[in-house]
Amino acid sequence: MRIQLLRSFVALTLLFANSISSASPVGLSTNSAATGSYNSPSAKTLVFSAIPDQDEANLQERFDKVAVYLQAQLGIEVRYIPVKSYSAAVTAFRNNQVQLAWFGGLSGVQARRLVPGSQAIAQGTEDPFFSSYIIAHSSTAIEPSDNLPTAIKGKTFTFGSKGSTSGRLMPEHFIRENLGDTPDQLFSKVGYSGDHSRTIALVQSGAYEVGAVNYKVWDQQLAAGEIDSDKVKVIWRTPSYPDYQWTVRGDVNDSWGEDFQARLTEALLAMDDPDLLASFPRSGFIAADNELYQPILDTAISVGIIDADK
Amino acid sequence: MPLSAPNKTSSPAPQSISSAINTSAGALRTISFWFAICALLCLLLVDIDISTTDPWAEMGLMTAGALSPLVWSWPTLLSSLANTFAFALQGVTVAAIVGFALALGYRFTLVRAFCAFIRSIHELFWALLFIQVAGLSSLTGLLAIAIPYAGTLAKIYGELFEEVDPAPSNNLPRGKSRPLSEFFYSVLPLAWHSMATYTSYRFECAIRSSAILGFVGLPTLGFHLETALSDGHYSQAAAFFYALLLMIGTLRLWLHKSLLPIYLVAVFYYLPPQATISWQLLVRFVTEDIVPAPLRGQALLSGETMSNVVQWINLLWQQQIWPGLLNTVLLGQISLVFTGLLALALLPLNSSLFIQRRWKRGIGDSVLILLRTLPETLLAFIGLLILGPSMLPAILALGIHNGAIIGHLLGRYTEELNLRADASRGVTLYFYEVLPRIYRQFLAFLFYRWEVILRETAILGILGIATLGFYIDSAFETFRFDVALLLILVSAALNISVDQFARYLRQRLQLKTVPESL
Repeated sequence: MRIQLLRSFVALTLLFANSISSASPVGLSTNSAATGSYNSPSAKTLVFSAIPDQDEANLQERFDKVAVYLQAQLGIEVRYIPVKSYSAAVTAFRNNQVQLAWFGGLSGVQARRLVPGSQAIAQGTEDPFFSSYIIAHSSTAIEPSDNLPTAIKGKTFTFGSKGSTSGRLMPEHFIRENLGDTPDQLFSKVGYSGDHSRTIALVQSGAYEVGAVNYKVWDQQLAAGEIDSDKVKVIWRTPSYPDYQWTVRGDVNDSWGEDFQARLTEALLAMDDPDLLASFPRSGFIAADNELYQPILDTAISVGIIDADK
Repeated sequence: MPLSAPNKTSSPAPQSISSAINTSAGALRTISFWFAICALLCLLLVDIDISTTDPWAEMGLMTAGALSPLVWSWPTLLSSLANTFAFALQGVTVAAIVGFALALGYRFTLVRAFCAFIRSIHELFWALLFIQVAGLSSLTGLLAIAIPYAGTLAKIYGELFEEVDPAPSNNLPRGKSRPLSEFFYSVLPLAWHSMATYTSYRFECAIRSSAILGFVGLPTLGFHLETALSDGHYSQAAAFFYALLLMIGTLRLWLHKSLLPIYLVAVFYYLPPQATISWQLLVRFVTEDIVPAPLRGQALLSGETMSNVVQWINLLWQQQIWPGLLNTVLLGQISLVFTGLLALALLPLNSSLFIQRRWKRGIGDSVLILLRTLPETLLAFIGLLILGPSMLPAILALGIHNGAIIGHLLGRYTEELNLRADASRGVTLYFYEVLPRIYRQFLAFLFYRWEVILRETAILGILGIATLGFYIDSAFETFRFDVALLLILVSAALNISVDQFARYLRQRLQLKTVPESL
């Protein structure tokens, strides 16, 4: 019995030793070629990643299509690797394990500060005017309003991920601006749910009375019928701010040729297949630059997430 | 009052028994009393309000998911299962070798402090540190398990060596002192069995740790489990969780000593520890990232720099270190006592003294495996849904997880008690015979878990409880590795103090690590 189990285990082990490079999420592999392309920047594969802001299970599927598109457009090998957190995406970018990334506003600013010379090159059509919703459980009886309702004071409150622009940074900024105090002072309890879907689930269950969420994730889940409007609703929409963008390392031209960054930008801007765009989800891409995100940097410094330069 | 029950019964008996035994039972009673009082006082200081309104919709989805596990990709499931096993086995193997070497010098305070230091850092934080220089590589996974486990195994081995029966070694002919031969012939053989038992138990823990490493991106079961949970795909989450449960539940069937070499070769062939470590990254990490911000690029000895550093530490102390320490200690203390109570309540589940039928005990065993395998973050999330945000879900999560672990160990330990033929049964047996006889062992296990509980308070950020680990996580999230390192050093100092205190108690109460030596 044991021997048989062992045999099948060894067989499985050997089987997957060969297939792991495609099956494993981060490309950990015994296959030196695959490992090389993941770990070393000198290999000629462009590796990109994206922050896991929602629907993580399908990230691989969604972004593999984008990889295929970029590969066809650029004529080089392009691979997507999924990561588990916003900071992991930034770290991979910083360590040159990925050369291109679909960042949020804050993670992009952090990444570009850590990698001098890197550039924001494209953003979604919606991203110059992104916003967050403040949502509340029905038991709070807080009604939607044009101004941030002061009735949220003293409630329990959850942000999304600690490093999220729309789930943490900007809501915190607007709450401080409108109510004149820090979240710790204003709310009876402050939690960090980890991501937007979870924020919605926690406020819908009443575990937290109020929360902050990415407006696109909310709209999408509402349309999909995953939200019970009797239990949770939007009580305020923040003013708009710039959010997601494609950021590329400054040294890509050294690896793939003089005009590579320009060609990459062009390929991103030319993406018009609705199926591809749904991965983000955006209606299209427009040009972007680092300057656009100065307000995010300023906010991050004022909220204390980033230290000001000396 | 339930808290005092174990204390009352721990006294083995009437006055007729020799005073020596009475005194030591009294000490056990006193220490249990103070721990319970401490926890009750802590309870007064923390927030344990229940505040939720409507958890049932989400709970319904979770239940439905648990009942209808769905494997969306077999290759993914199997490869993450294999990765989980590989990291765990490699990690424990390396940890056992390094831990053994460290245990040889365990009588030196410095070595003990070093071991307490490396095991005080949660696996996830070790992984986050290595990711900065070695990326998401197989080497990162191996080291993240091997390092803290080496610290733990060194402690266990070291204490086992201290506790072996000194008679054989005392009877060696005096004269030529050959410490090495003495150790190998009169100490190691006596400790060997316990070492093997404990190491194989740690392997189960390592599988859980390995799975949890997926939370930060290594390709183990936790990667997909966490993803599915945060997306609310409970059927998929259930499939990954059951796979983990199955692996842990069947360990005894397939992880046999004689097969170990084969497994070892297989896992090192399958997932060779490797990483392209860039010196540039390493140098940057050591000379820049972890250097306190006010020191970077400054003249070290200038007065201004020093005052900036003092200010930096002062601010951190006020905003993070002090509240972090306070919350960690409060949560740890309450959870420790709750863990103890739960362990005592759960131990009959897998003890043949209380459940005679094999199949019934099988069920009890499965319940314990289930409870200790559920990741604490999941328990905390469920607790948060039902009870709202407070320290209560954290206490429950830590207590259930650790209580099931100690309950399991105690249950196994009761198997070694020899009862008289006319021993009582059921409740009477439990309170008047088993509990008094295992109480020392119980305290020994509990003191071991103490530092583990403190370390695990780190991963409950969803509850917004600002423990040291919460701030360490925030520091990693904002790329302030200098702050992360400082906080890690503080939590290591806390851990070393707790370890020293537990060691003092253990010696004072003559608690033994080894079941056989009791």
